[in-house]
Amino acid sequence: MNQPKQEIQKISKEKFNIVGGRHEQTEQLAETSVSFWKEVRIRFSHNKLAIVGFVILIIVALMAIFVPFLSPYSYKENLGAYNAAPSSKYWFGTDDLGRDVFVRVWIGARISLFIGITAAVIDLIIGVAWGSISGLVGGRVDDIMMRIADVLTAVPYLLVVIILLVVLQPGLVPMIIALSITGWVNMARIVRGEVLSIKNREFVLAARTLGAGTGHIIMKHLVPNALGAILVTMTLTIPSAIFTESFLSYLGLGVTQPMASWGTMASDGNNALDTAPWRLIFPAILISITIFAFNAVGDGLRDALDPKLRK
Amino acid sequence: MIKYIFKRLMYILVALFVIVSLTFFLMRIAPGSPFASEKSLSPEIEAALQAEYGLDNPWYVQYKDYLISTAKFDFGESMKYKGRSTNDMISESFPISLTLGIEAMILAVGLGVLIGVVTALYHNRFPDYLGTTIAVLGISVPSFILAGLLQYFVGLEMKLLPISGWNGFAYSIMPALAIAITHMGFIAKLVRSSMLEQNSSEYVKMARAKGLGKWTTVFKHTLRNALLPVVTYLGPLFAGVITGSFIIEQIFAIPGLGKYFVTSITNRDYTVIMGTTVFYSIILLFAVLIVDIIYGFVDPRINLKGGKK
Repeated sequence: MNQPKQEIQKISKEKFNIVGGRHEQTEQLAETSVSFWKEVRIRFSHNKLAIVGFVILIIVALMAIFVPFLSPYSYKENLGAYNAAPSSKYWFGTDDLGRDVFVRVWIGARISLFIGITAAVIDLIIGVAWGSISGLVGGRVDDIMMRIADVLTAVPYLLVVIILLVVLQPGLVPMIIALSITGWVNMARIVRGEVLSIKNREFVLAARTLGAGTGHIIMKHLVPNALGAILVTMTLTIPSAIFTESFLSYLGLGVTQPMASWGTMASDGNNALDTAPWRLIFPAILISITIFAFNAVGDGLRDALDPKLRK
Repeated sequence: MIKYIFKRLMYILVALFVIVSLTFFLMRIAPGSPFASEKSLSPEIEAALQAEYGLDNPWYVQYKDYLISTAKFDFGESMKYKGRSTNDMISESFPISLTLGIEAMILAVGLGVLIGVVTALYHNRFPDYLGTTIAVLGISVPSFILAGLLQYFVGLEMKLLPISGWNGFAYSIMPALAIAITHMGFIAKLVRSSMLEQNSSEYVKMARAKGLGKWTTVFKHTLRNALLPVVTYLGPLFAGVITGSFIIEQIFAIPGLGKYFVTSITNRDYTVIMGTTVFYSIILLFAVLIVDIIYGFVDPRINLKGGKK
């Protein structure tokens, strides 16, 4: 190999310049450190879809709270106008019993949100207790508790819910019982998985050495660390509970008249399609938007909490 | 493998026993009687009816009889429709539900995979936004809502398809679409994200570097791996199609098993409720088992040795 000989140019010393050390910068942190939850919040707020979902949820919740108070009509009052088309007087029209659909839709929102959130909270309580005890105690107890959960998952969810509702008589409380009777299993599994990965870490050992009891460890160490996974599961439980509620109401197993729920309204509306399509369309839009919003927020939260996506 | 299947079969048996017992005891404490509609029943006739169905026996005798006949797949005669056995009802109506279900599954998987592939290939361009929007809409709009809207817009306004009934292929399009749409959305999302994941993997880059065309790469390499999550989704899909049929068959007045199930609930027709519930449970449990076994074959990374998941 014959490399071309290169002339090395001599550079005179004057061309160099002493810059000196940047002492004031060496001790500085590269970026301002942010707490985990702040980081999550920042990442969540960059997700447009999740923000849209969040805003929709706030609007739906506010409307559900205030419309029934502020509206001149009540949800069960006969206004004398039957199947009236949407107008400036009745924004979403009226139904076959002369009731204002606009008010009824927001009463339905109350029911759906209430059932969705309550079912999720009950799932949370049972699931966290079951999952953390099972994961923490381990051994035989863990085996038995997880086998029970396995059998419960094997039982087809909707069949059980339907049969339970037939027995308990349709209504709000039976609906919540039926929804949470097998719903907690999923949460229990996730919490158990988290617990198993956390329980052998040093800080738990340290707490144990300092004499902390099982309850203290669950509440102070395990739950905060599993909070992300729990939160995501909860947000994604709510839309499925809302869906199941409207599904069952549609079958006539939900809340009873004159109470309004989105499922019953859609079911009634479906029977009056040719004369009063607005009775189906408005509840339909609201169910869809709400389920979409919860799913968007849940997905956004999952992405925001995922440590793999951390920059 | 054999050990795994055996273990799973044991679970299925336990779960079936729980379901069978649960339905029995729940039905016993349920208010309302199947004979309630025939109002002016004299006490003697009522007692005779009770005796006919064995309802006058103590509960443990009834439970024992029930378990034995269930094990023999004999669910007895409908309490509401004289002379019709539950087995006849199931064998008559299940084929209809099966046709509808298979159609819905083909639609869900076919459209879902198609949308998923297209959105992944045109990542962050117009077809991606369009496809993702369709998928999100599909997930958000419940099947029964879509059914009503389809009936109104396609059936009533445009008069393109028959609104309800069961009389040939044209009648099955809207119901199948209504059942399929949610699952189509899920599958599209699954395929899209796993395709995108595969696209950054070495073997895809290699295939592209070899000079394979975009679509050849997709069909020969990416899609095979990207379809794995879809196989796992087949279990829930099957369950969803069955439960979806409860309501959809009702809406479209299709004489399938789902419709019978719902009617039997409103009628408090105990024998039919218990028969269909057990039947549905068996189908669902075995469907999930079969999907898991298929998954083990399709994905060599998974070994089914009965270990913990």
